[in-house]
Amino acid sequence: MTYQDVSQFAQTYGLIYLFLLFIGMVIYAVWPGNKKRFKDASEIPLRED
Amino acid sequence: MHILSVLIMALGAVLTALLAFQASDGVMSFHAALMALFFLVAIVLLHRRRGNLNTDGYEDGIIRAGAIASTFWGVVGFLVGLVIALQLAFPVLNFDLPWTNFGRLRPLHTSAVIFAFGGNVLLMTSFHVVQRTCQARLAGGWAPWFVFWGYQLFIVMAATGYVLGVTQSKEYAEPEWYVDLWLTLVWVVYLLVFLATLWKRKEPHIYVANWFYLAFIVTVAMLHIINNLAIPVSWTGTRSYGVWAGVQDALTQWWYAHNAVGFFLTAGFLAIMYYYVPKRAERPVYSYRLSIVHFWSLIFLYIWAGPHHLHYTALPEWSQTLGMTFSVMLWMPSWGGMINGLMTLSGAWDKLRTDPVLRMMVVSVAFYGMSTFEGPLMSIKAVNALSHYTDWTIGHVHSGALGWVAFVSFGALYHVVPIMWGRQRLYSLVLVNVHFWIATLGIVLYIAAMWVSGILQGLMWRAYDHLGFLEYSFAETVEAMHPFYVIRALGGLLFVIGSLVMAYNLWRTMRGDLRAEAVPVPLAPAVGAAS
Repeated sequence: MTYQDVSQFAQTYGLIYLFLLFIGMVIYAVWPGNKKRFKDASEIPLRED
Repeated sequence: MHILSVLIMALGAVLTALLAFQASDGVMSFHAALMALFFLVAIVLLHRRRGNLNTDGYEDGIIRAGAIASTFWGVVGFLVGLVIALQLAFPVLNFDLPWTNFGRLRPLHTSAVIFAFGGNVLLMTSFHVVQRTCQARLAGGWAPWFVFWGYQLFIVMAATGYVLGVTQSKEYAEPEWYVDLWLTLVWVVYLLVFLATLWKRKEPHIYVANWFYLAFIVTVAMLHIINNLAIPVSWTGTRSYGVWAGVQDALTQWWYAHNAVGFFLTAGFLAIMYYYVPKRAERPVYSYRLSIVHFWSLIFLYIWAGPHHLHYTALPEWSQTLGMTFSVMLWMPSWGGMINGLMTLSGAWDKLRTDPVLRMMVVSVAFYGMSTFEGPLMSIKAVNALSHYTDWTIGHVHSGALGWVAFVSFGALYHVVPIMWGRQRLYSLVLVNVHFWIATLGIVLYIAAMWVSGILQGLMWRAYDHLGFLEYSFAETVEAMHPFYVIRALGGLLFVIGSLVMAYNLWRTMRGDLRAEAVPVPLAPAVGAAS
C-alpha cells in the first residue's frame, strides 16, 4: 500500500462516505417526525438547577 | 477496588521518586519529585476518604474546586499576558534574566490562559453540564478528582518547565514528552469519566452540549497524541526529538494548533453556550435542529482548515487552497451557531437590561461571530499575504480569546458559583457590570490597536521604493509599533483589573455575603405578548 493508494482511496470513497454521512445527518435534523423529540431535548437544561 | 487504587498510586510514587534521584537533569528531577508528591498526597486522600465516598445526588465538590481553579488560573494567565505586553512595549522589562525573558514567558501566558484557565473552565462546566443534562452523578468514584488534580499537576509541570527553559518548541504544545504522557493519561481518564456518566444517564436523549464536549475531549486526545509523537533522548532526561520532520512537521503542528482552536477553544466553549445561555435566559435554545447541523458541520469542516497557517510555504499549493476553502466554508456553521445563541434570547431581550451575566454571554456570542468572520477572511491567500506574521493575527486571536472564550467563561462562572455554594444570588451584580464594561473597553483597545499596528506592519514590510528596494528596515517597523504596543498593554491592564473584580465578587459570593444593592427586577411579559 503506497501513498498513492491511500490518497486515491481518500479522495474517492472517503470523500463520498463523509459526504453521504453529512447528508444523512442533515436529513435526520430536518426530518418532520423528529420535531417533537428535538422539542423535548431542547427543554433538558431547564429541568435541573 | 480501594486497595487496588492505593497500590497503583504507591507504584507511581515509588517509580517517580526513583526517577527524581536518577534523573539526568535538574528539571526532570524536580518534576519527578512533584509527581511523587502528587501520588503521596493521593494515597493520603484515598486513605482518609476510605468507605466514605458519597454516592448520592450530584458530585458538586469538583465543580466548586473547578470554579476556584478557573478563577485563579485566569487571573494568573491574564497577568502574565500583561507582563509580556509591557515587555514588547518596554524591552527593559525582560530584566536580562533567562527566566523572565519574553521567549519563556510567552508560552507561559498562552498555556496559562488556554490550558490552565480555559481547560479548567471546560473541566468544571463539562462536569456540571453532563450531570445536570443526564440527571446522573459523575461516574468513576474518585476518578474525576484524579482528572482534576492530575490536570493541575500538568499545568504546574508545563509552566515551571517553560520558565526553566524546557520546551519542545511547538506552539501551544510546548511541554516535553513526559508532561505530554502525563496529560495523555489524565485525558483518557477524563474521556472515560465523561463516557461512563453519559452511559448512566436517566435522560434518554444526549443533550447537544454533551456532543460538543465529547467532540472536544476526543479530538483533543487525537491531536495531542499525534502532534507530540517524539523520541526521548533518555528516559531520565527532559529532551526529546519529534518524529515529524520538515513540511510534514509543519503541517502536523498547524493541523494540531488550528484544531486546538476549533475543538478546545470553539467546540468546548460552544458546549458552554448551548447549556448556559438557555439556562440564563430561561428558555430553550432557539433551534435544536440548527444546533445539530451546527455541530456536525463544524466537526466536518474544522479539521481541514489547518493548512491556512502555512500559505506561501513549502506546503503543496493544493493543500494551502484546501485549507483556505474549508476555512471560508466555516463561515456557515460559525454564523449558524452564533444566530442560534443570540436568537435564544428572542422574546427575552429585556433580560439584557437587568442581567449583566446574560449580557456578558451575549456579547461573547457576538465576539464569536465577529472573530469567526475575521478568521476565514484572514485565511484567504491574498489577505493572508498582508496579515500573516503581523500583529493583526494577535488581534484576531485575542478578539476570539478575550471576547468569546473568556467572556463566555466569566458568564458560566458567574452563573455556577451562586448555585454551587447554595447562595441566593451573586454578591454584587453592580460589580459584574463593572467587570463587563472594564473588560469590554480593554478588548476594544486591544484589538483596535492590533488591527492598526498589524496592517501598518504588513504594509511597511511590503513597501518598495522607486528603485525596487525595500522601503523600510525591520527595525523601523518595530519602532513604528511602539505606540500600539502601549495601547495594547493598557487594554490588557483593563482586562486584568476586570478579572480581579470578578475574583473578588466570586470570593464574596462563596463566603455567602450579599452586597446591599437594588436588585433589578425583570419586566413582566406584556399582557397578550407572544411567548
